[in-house]
Amino acid sequence: MLDALTVAVSATALALAAWCGFAAFRDQPTKDWHFAGMAVVTLLALAQLVVGVVQLARGEKADEGTTIFVAYLVGAFAAVPAAGFLSLAERTRWGSATVAAGAVVLAVLEVRLHDIWGG
Amino acid sequence: MAGETGATRATGTTGTTGTTGAAAQAAPGARLVSGPGLLLVWLYGVMSVGAVSRSVYQIATEYDRAPLAYTLSAIAAVVYAFITYTLFRGGEKARRAALVCCAAELVGVLTVGTWTLMDPSAFPDATVWSDYGMGYLFIPVLLPVTGMLWLRRARR
Repeated sequence: MLDALTVAVSATALALAAWCGFAAFRDQPTKDWHFAGMAVVTLLALAQLVVGVVQLARGEKADEGTTIFVAYLVGAFAAVPAAGFLSLAERTRWGSATVAAGAVVLAVLEVRLHDIWGG
Repeated sequence: MAGETGATRATGTTGTTGTTGAAAQAAPGARLVSGPGLLLVWLYGVMSVGAVSRSVYQIATEYDRAPLAYTLSAIAAVVYAFITYTLFRGGEKARRAALVCCAAELVGVLTVGTWTLMDPSAFPDATVWSDYGMGYLFIPVLLPVTGMLWLRRARR
């Protein structure tokens, strides 16, 4: 797939994890800037989803199968927003910790996506 | 997902306006999705989605390749989904059910983990709980322990 995009999503996801992890460490809930960060990561993941589907439509094949590939793309897109919504309902450090965990999950999914596509 | 947490929060807080003292007392324990519990629910949710989709796919497409491994993965998936549900639901009954399931989960991880190490030939493909959940960053073995600690603390 588009390697640059995979690297960009992983890097921003890890940065978001560090940022929100730091907020949790300082006993702070997620704030507007954190949500802006989540939006950036989510937009990148959405771009990846679109690029991935377009490449499949063009007839390219994922090594481990189309179904798994698309499932991981959708999971990668959903991980950070889902954690973000949870943190809206939990205005403590644990909301931040959850977003950090969500971003780590996204980074792991990116590594798997890379394998599944066969890079 | 936000709606669900909102609903849980609502049931937790209505306890204060409850009629009997017993209801008011039960209320604090009713909310399991708060504080560290939120992180726990998130991780259980992720494991549920991962394990459920993985085992559905494997059983639907290549069950004959490793029936034992895929059946064990499916059991793990059901346990994760059930624990996620009980945590979201809240309440004393759900707390006890989740506690029992966490214990079952821990036993499952330890048994399957040891089994996969002792007899790798029985497992042509990995399960969710292979090698104590190494493929999932050991989260499967850490999660039930933290889960049980949290659920014990949530008791009122």
